[in-house]
Amino acid sequence: MTTVHEPKLSQFDDNDQKPVGFGRMLRKEDPRFLRGRGRYTDDVQLPGMLHLAILRSPFAHARIVSVDTSAAEASPGVRLVVTGAMLAEKGLAWMPTLSNDVQAVLATDKVRFQGQEVAFVVADDRYAARDALELIDVEYDVLEPVVDVRRALAPDAPLIRDDLTDKADNHCFDWETGDEAATEAVFAAADVVVVEDIVYPRVHPAPMETCGAVADFDAIDGKLRLWSTTQAPHAHRTLYAIVAGLPEHKIQVIAPDIGGGFGNKVPIYPGYVCAIVGSILTGKPVKWMEDRSENLISTGFARDYIMRGEIAATRDGKILAIRTNVLADHGAFNGTAAPVKYPAGFFGVFTGSYDIEAAYCKMTAVYTNKAPGGVAYACSFRITEAVYLVERIVDCLAHELDMDPAELRLKNFIQPEQFPYETKTGWVYDSGNYEPTMRLAMDMAGYADLRKEQAEKRARGELMGIGIAFFTEAVGAGPRKDMDILGLGMADGCELRVHPTGKAVVRLSVQTQGQGHETTFAQIIAEEIGIPPADIEVVHGDTDQTPFGLGTYGSRSTPVSGAAAALVARKVRDKAQLIASAMLEVSVADLDWVKGAFQVKGDPGKSVTIQDIAMRAHGAGDLPDGMEGGLEAQICYNPSNLTYPHGAYICVVDIDPGTAQVKVRRFIAVDDCGTRINPMIIEGQVHGGLTDGVGMALMEMIAFDEDGNCLGASLMDYLIPTALEVPDWETGFTVTPSPHHPIGAKGVGESATVGSPPAIVNAVVDALKPFGVRHADMPLTPSRVWDAMRGQATPPI
Amino acid sequence: MQVPAPFEYERATSVDQAIGLLERLGSSARLVAGGHSLLPMMKLRLANFEYLIDINPLHAELGYIKIQTDEVRIGALTRHRELLESDDLAGAFPIFRDAERVIADPVVRNRGTLGGSLCQADPSEDLSAVCTTLDASCVIRGPRGERVVSMEEFHVGPYETAVGDDEILIEVRLPRRPGHGSAYEKVERRAGDWAVVSSGAAVWLADGKIVDARVGLAAVGPNTTGIPEISDTLRGNTPSEELFEQAGAIAARSCDPNTDQRGSADYKRHLADELTRRTLRKAVERARS
Ligand SMILES: Cc1cc2nc3c(=O)[nH]c(=O)nc-3n(C[C@H](O)[C@H](O)[C@H](O)COP(=O)(O)OP(=O)(O)OC[C@H]3O[C@@H](n4cnc5c(N)ncnc54)[C@H](O)[C@@H]3O)c2cc1C
Repeated sequence: MTTVHEPKLSQFDDNDQKPVGFGRMLRKEDPRFLRGRGRYTDDVQLPGMLHLAILRSPFAHARIVSVDTSAAEASPGVRLVVTGAMLAEKGLAWMPTLSNDVQAVLATDKVRFQGQEVAFVVADDRYAARDALELIDVEYDVLEPVVDVRRALAPDAPLIRDDLTDKADNHCFDWETGDEAATEAVFAAADVVVVEDIVYPRVHPAPMETCGAVADFDAIDGKLRLWSTTQAPHAHRTLYAIVAGLPEHKIQVIAPDIGGGFGNKVPIYPGYVCAIVGSILTGKPVKWMEDRSENLISTGFARDYIMRGEIAATRDGKILAIRTNVLADHGAFNGTAAPVKYPAGFFGVFTGSYDIEAAYCKMTAVYTNKAPGGVAYACSFRITEAVYLVERIVDCLAHELDMDPAELRLKNFIQPEQFPYETKTGWVYDSGNYEPTMRLAMDMAGYADLRKEQAEKRARGELMGIGIAFFTEAVGAGPRKDMDILGLGMADGCELRVHPTGKAVVRLSVQTQGQGHETTFAQIIAEEIGIPPADIEVVHGDTDQTPFGLGTYGSRSTPVSGAAAALVARKVRDKAQLIASAMLEVSVADLDWVKGAFQVKGDPGKSVTIQDIAMRAHGAGDLPDGMEGGLEAQICYNPSNLTYPHGAYICVVDIDPGTAQVKVRRFIAVDDCGTRINPMIIEGQVHGGLTDGVGMALMEMIAFDEDGNCLGASLMDYLIPTALEVPDWETGFTVTPSPHHPIGAKGVGESATVGSPPAIVNAVVDALKPFGVRHADMPLTPSRVWDAMRGQATPPI
Repeated sequence: MQVPAPFEYERATSVDQAIGLLERLGSSARLVAGGHSLLPMMKLRLANFEYLIDINPLHAELGYIKIQTDEVRIGALTRHRELLESDDLAGAFPIFRDAERVIADPVVRNRGTLGGSLCQADPSEDLSAVCTTLDASCVIRGPRGERVVSMEEFHVGPYETAVGDDEILIEVRLPRRPGHGSAYEKVERRAGDWAVVSSGAAVWLADGKIVDARVGLAAVGPNTTGIPEISDTLRGNTPSEELFEQAGAIAARSCDPNTDQRGSADYKRHLADELTRRTLRKAVERARS
């Protein structure tokens, strides 16, 4: 069932009567952040703490001939200098990546990307550590780098991974999905086939807070405390136990406040391991905080997919099949964070929101001399790439058929009665009702009027474009039997404890990086047991304080941990009901739950509140026979399926014909993420994702020169958008609950990042229609748009 | 956090004291004005200086905009923000406000100075193009006294100026002539980004004819000096679209842009043409009104 909501102005008001449950309310964490009282990793100060800085490779590919650290060791304030060779002696020079590859902690044999970690210094302060780096003398024998991904598998390409015994080339993995033969048969018989080469360039998550850690190893009790910028504290703890050989119960990973993750903080970076080693060797707490350039050149990137998209259709616009061949650049080490059985993440949803007959994808992933990646960047595990591919190729088809792109989409949607719908690549979409979402977006945009305005402008030589993207995402990984990261099943724990006075604490396994968990999860609990959100403390990010779970990325917090929170609250409510029946001396069946209290059926005067019950649960009074005291519960939620949010986005752009500058004039985003817990937080997520989309579509790209030098090493070179590049976002929503999620919610954290780039690119291409343009790749900088206007669009790589 | 190499720091107490320090310390010392060009380079360790002499205490002395009948004098420590907000300056030379609106962002504009901009001599820097367009001259003071140089002489090359190691840029002088109109346009990939290309144009009209005209470009190669051929072509003629087109074509062929992340050389040439036409058009419009 779908409900369509017309946006109302009142939707934007804060609700001063804080809802006891779902609804609009300001975030509980805001006062802390707005007053500068957030506590980030770099705010952690411990007595005697030392500082660590990392020496990085200036070359993309080079053999290390020698490393001389003597001058650095003699530099004032320096306590320790460590090289790859020293780590190798301890068996710590290499570590596993999240994709069952290995990655150098410090290079021993070769450096394989510019910015790779070569040595580190621990010193009394940051300045002394940084100054000493300059005194480390590394002799390199520079090798030819593999920069052009298309040449990575050429027979004469230099071998990057000579550390892997069975590797003779730069091949990383192959992957396929769908039915090749069936797809070929549909393509062979189709009226219309459109083929387009589509590149999703390498981009960077660029969180405002860079990555870092404070390691504090206590040699007496053998305990390691590690504050770090991690989106997955529990998974990291287990990995440190495996890598460093420390017993897991002696490791405490704490993710304090985090200044943005976007997937950048899912992997374990060499710097974290260096900080741990530094603390063990010096016996002191050691802080490592990377600087902006280090973050941009060495940490998890995103995308870097070269895709050939093919679409087959009937002449009247019925889409029959979609096929794609992908060349994926994984950099020097395969550091992708994706469930192990999904080396291409969830790219398999490239069939989009359409009911088609056949689909097939073949992917080849290769190594290059670039930084390793990268779950990264509101990744949805590669759904961003998949949605971009399908929404771009559908527009190419519309162009070829000379059909309105909205009409083409409406004609091919999966119909509401087809859900749950199994796609031709095996994904089971839980629920969806696409047409009302699309129609709402078109109404909000005034679609017909926009097309009229465009026709008038075109007649005057003005360039205006209208772009549409309709997406379906797959978010909320597990279930654990299908999805694991290095053997750790993707399920989430949650604990809820109600205190005697009726206040509560909920402990989550997921960690917030700005998504507002402290509010959303309090609201979920509030909705279920009627305790106001202000009375619920949300504890997260500390492995000693919270139950095991896999972390926050791929929009999985609400789909997985949100379900856990609802179910743990229901467990508490069930127990509360038993206590209430004893207190009111009626049978359980004779009680009604009115949010926050149990009431005797037919006698509203006789009731007990959750607070009364909490006191009884801890008090001296009788409890039902056999019942233990206390009011608390624990759960580990293993989702039965992913959730599949969808949305319809419409973008309007104007292009200056003289300078080719693109101005995003309007953007309408209608999202359907099922049940909406806090609409304000949802809008915040959408606004951020849309802004992100403007960045990717128009300006962001991590480029390399032919020597493999990263050209995006600062925020002057790697542009991210500002408020001036974005319009006032126009958001709307429909509600199609997830049938398998306890509260019907779906993820929304990445919807806008996924959906906006194709909408913007489609709008720019639409504006360029008078020049015969059918496709142009991101980033659509003025120079690249100007090329497209002159029929000279080129791929960015 | 990016941290610079160690350096010593001293606050200037007067122009002469600062010159004395420069004389003593030589090329190991640098003046710091707004610091928005110097400090990023030092934090990235692209530049390491042993001594910084902070001239911000001299703002009262070197931060001014004096509008006189024959010329405008601007002190080297005048901040971007002061240039942006001065109505008198916008009245005398509208190009300044056009340019300042698109230079960096408020944080940078609050500190960055005219002198620092010119002395940095970055080929993409906007105020050099403005000063070139207005035929500015620069007052430089050193141990041997003051000298005045034209923008052409001031600009030796990218990141290189006529200011010696022991000298300070004190003031910029902009001649005023009747019938003036000017304008500035910049194409950037994003607000606050350096120019892909910018163009400034100034005209002086009398009796409907162009008495003099100048165009200054930024980010199209090392040569940010005026383009005499444009001035020669425009002088003595009645403004017209054809004339602007000719000027644009000259701009495109007189510059020497690189292909880089900001755009291809071809595109930048195209912009030199397009923006020259746009700014000339606007300058003439303003001169007429
Ligand atoms: C994010 C950002 C964006 C920017 N965008 C733009 C832009 O779009 N367009 C643009 O034009 N600029 C831009 N800038 C540069 C900005 O305008 C700088 O402020 C300006 O270039 C330098 O001025 P400053 O006073 O900060 O100089 P400083 O950094 O203090 O000094 C620069 C150099 O000039 C020397 N110097 C300074 N004053 C004097 C003097 N009186 N005599 C002799 N030498 C002197 C210094 O020793 C140093 O070598 C940007 C800067 C930043 C950080």
